[in-house]
Amino acid sequence: MFNHLLSLLIWLPIVGAIPVLLAGSGRPGLARWLALLVAVLTFVASLCLLPAHDAANGAMQLAESHVWIASLGVNYGLAVDGISIALILLTTFVGILVIVGAWEVIQDKPHQYMAAMLVLEGLMIGVFCATDALLFYVFFEAMLIPMFILIGVWGGPRRVYATLKFFIYTFLGSIFMLIGLIYLYLKAGTFDLHTLAALPLTMKEQTWLFFAFLLAFAIKVPMVPVHTWLPDAHVEAPTGGSVVLAAVMLKVGTYGFLRFILPITPDAGDHFAWIVIVLSLIAIVYIGYVALVQEDMKKLVAYSSVAHMGFVTLGIFIAFMLVRDANDLDAANLGMQGAMVQMISHGFVSGAMFTCIGVMYDRLHTRQIKDYGGLINVMPWFGFFYVLFAMANSGLPGTSGFVGEFMVVLASFAANPWIALFAAFTLIIGAAYTLWMVKRVLWGEITNPHVAQMKDINGREAFVLIAFAAAVMALGIWPQPLIHLMDASVSQMVQQLAVHKI
Amino acid sequence: MPTFNDILIMLPEFYLVAAACLLLLLDAWMKPAQRNILHWVSVLVLLVGIYLVVAGQPDAPVSAFGGMFVRDATAEILKVFMLLCTALIFIFSRPYMVDRKLFQGEFYTLMIFATIGAMLLVSAGNLVMVYLGLELLTLCSYGLVALNRDSPLSSEAAIKYFVLGALSSGMLLYGMSMVYGATGTLALAELHGAVVHAGMSNLMVFGLIFMIVGISFKLGVAPFHMWIPDVYQGAPTSVTIFVGSTSKLAAFGMAYRLLESGMGGMAGQWQMMLAVLAVASLAIGNLVAIVQTNLKRLLAYSTISHMGYLLLGLVNATPEGYAAAMFYAICYALMSTAAFGVILALARAGFECEEIDDFKGLNQRSPWMAFLMMLAMFSLAGVPPMFGFFAKLLVLQSAIHAGMMWLALVGVVFAIIGLYYYLRVVKVMYFDKPVEGQELRPQADGLLRATLSVNALVLLALGLYWGPLLGWCRAAFAG
Repeated sequence: MFNHLLSLLIWLPIVGAIPVLLAGSGRPGLARWLALLVAVLTFVASLCLLPAHDAANGAMQLAESHVWIASLGVNYGLAVDGISIALILLTTFVGILVIVGAWEVIQDKPHQYMAAMLVLEGLMIGVFCATDALLFYVFFEAMLIPMFILIGVWGGPRRVYATLKFFIYTFLGSIFMLIGLIYLYLKAGTFDLHTLAALPLTMKEQTWLFFAFLLAFAIKVPMVPVHTWLPDAHVEAPTGGSVVLAAVMLKVGTYGFLRFILPITPDAGDHFAWIVIVLSLIAIVYIGYVALVQEDMKKLVAYSSVAHMGFVTLGIFIAFMLVRDANDLDAANLGMQGAMVQMISHGFVSGAMFTCIGVMYDRLHTRQIKDYGGLINVMPWFGFFYVLFAMANSGLPGTSGFVGEFMVVLASFAANPWIALFAAFTLIIGAAYTLWMVKRVLWGEITNPHVAQMKDINGREAFVLIAFAAAVMALGIWPQPLIHLMDASVSQMVQQLAVHKI
Repeated sequence: MPTFNDILIMLPEFYLVAAACLLLLLDAWMKPAQRNILHWVSVLVLLVGIYLVVAGQPDAPVSAFGGMFVRDATAEILKVFMLLCTALIFIFSRPYMVDRKLFQGEFYTLMIFATIGAMLLVSAGNLVMVYLGLELLTLCSYGLVALNRDSPLSSEAAIKYFVLGALSSGMLLYGMSMVYGATGTLALAELHGAVVHAGMSNLMVFGLIFMIVGISFKLGVAPFHMWIPDVYQGAPTSVTIFVGSTSKLAAFGMAYRLLESGMGGMAGQWQMMLAVLAVASLAIGNLVAIVQTNLKRLLAYSTISHMGYLLLGLVNATPEGYAAAMFYAICYALMSTAAFGVILALARAGFECEEIDDFKGLNQRSPWMAFLMMLAMFSLAGVPPMFGFFAKLLVLQSAIHAGMMWLALVGVVFAIIGLYYYLRVVKVMYFDKPVEGQELRPQADGLLRATLSVNALVLLALGLYWGPLLGWCRAAFAG
């Protein structure tokens, strides 16, 4: 069996970006087709993960390990489990759609745009594969560079402010994690995550490490109160940038929780789980209300992302309560499983929402809700997709948005009905802000004469929206394959939670 | 009496002295139109110098001239990179010097003599040798800074450099004399033994403090950094790049020789001093850099902060710490040549291209140069996967290993602050519109472009695979 599949997945898009860049501004058509080719090849390669992976085994698989820095004992170590595979598939899937989505939209230096997207894709896959903390950190931070460029070059009017804020904010969080990692390295003599997971640590050490990790990943997720970079970044980013940011990049944060906080600092994680749970509930309820009053569609969806990601963090940390306090492994499994499904589902739904907003923006060059109204009269097909994704965003049963949230609510009920009560609030608030936006944008009379001249989606846009719609529906109606893919890994992770390290 | 073996050990230095003298003669006889030959011969001389250093590499440390001169792995590595940096500088500077009518023989001979001074400095086995090497290096540098003698800015910088440099040399010498008074020896190896065995007196501590002042001045560590911004900005860019690369490597070598080879037994005394200096440099360098509008001045403050990071490696006072600091020095030298190299490549006659605003919209005019500069900036900022990140990682690790977690935290906090001004340069190049009517095209010199590209790409390549370099650095201090 070819055992460099993971390396291939990481480096194919990154190396593929070079010919795209070389194709140059003189031949934008060639650059676009090359980029699409690379993205499709990466997607096909990522599909090979499914047969190569043994879903019944929850451990890390398809491992690759090479000595990277001999004198430090650092390895170039890659491996995946079910959770990583799901996220990688999400990344490569979205990777194609953002390239298709940007086809005619990006007229200014399209080759650089496409190349940055491909590099970003490769780096994100790297994050989901790395089993060495230093390697993880390198991918984690390197992602910032292409995103910085994407927002800064192709973004909106306040792009410079937004992109600097994004970069410095994220860098701020992760650099303290670096100190934590160095501390662990000096203690264990390695950056290997598996060894670090087995390293005994006192409660004091775990506490410091926990907060270092929490800061890094909470900013990335983002959790309240360190979410303020996200609305700015989303509003100013080009459509493709927003899609990648919401669909994949935020998941890097929650993925970090799984790979760092859960195995390395389980006791501190349990002890401080309430902090994360409270913050998650604030994100779900309060940020939901914040979303309600937004007048810019992108900002609205950005805040709704914060609220939905609250479910992921809630699901992960409710598992701590369930395992340690109630010793209810089944419910913990359910919560964790729900968090994972929510991660994937939110990737599709938010990506689709931002694509829809991009479609409207390309026609009217505004994202203000008040500038629209009655869109359904001129763009019926678009309206169909927009309503579908809005339903998914508000968690309607039958769409992917429902599955994960429902599982997390069920699990939190087992832990504490009050938590479940607040979490379930989202069904009301989520519906309120999403549907109200749909009402103001799609329905009613056409008040803005420019809206009357808008054309319905073209074939390229339809392709992107259909792909997203298929994923959202498939996941909503038949989530079993996804759950099966991640099941073994999730149960193993939950069992690990019970292990005390002190 | 010096034996033949002594001369053999010092062969690279002897060879360079002879070559520099020949270049001087060559220059005197050559017509101005033939000066290109001089340029190529100078580059060749340096490359042969690298060859001699590498080829004559001893298996174990050897010393010559009664212990005055030490040839060990540390010196070898530093010398290779110093010669390499000087060669890069020659290649990067040629069009710049031609445009400014500074394309003269003095530039080459002074540079080579300065490099010889740097080589003697890092190989010093005796306090006298340290001083001689240092003086050869700095005296040549004063002349180089003033090379553009019609420019008032240049002359001002040179005077400042000279006055402060002379003062710090005096301090260093004063410290050395105290140490000599306390121990009765000038040889570093004997000094090391004397410190360890005889314990330390107040006289020794005073001597140490004065020596640290001298070292700090050379490194450009706050609060002895006053000369750096003026010299960086005032000197011709082709000289600034020298002060920022070869000269920094030499400064690290000097710090290592004096602090470890000589005063290693007093590490307990100097560790805290260095930690305080590091904090001051990180703070002043990073905070003041934020408000700069001149890129050369910005890079000057960035140097100050980088030297602060370098000290983070030294405070550990272990072989790993020294290796981290040397790794950092090499990394900084390569980043500095790349960043100043881009400035040199974009400068024209009458246009220095040294204001940050001069880089507006560079990505529209010359995407490749913008990309190279971006690599240099992200590397300086310490963002993975660039080389600069791993150098920072190692020095942070060294500080934590030394039990100074607080120092590492100070280091990362200022790394975040520092990030801002490097990002600002990237922002100007990529996000801003170019100034209308402004020509921003790199020099047509093919070799310059190729070498500069390699230099900047190495920052990325070494970021992806830096194991061997770290291995060498570690091996140099392991024995």
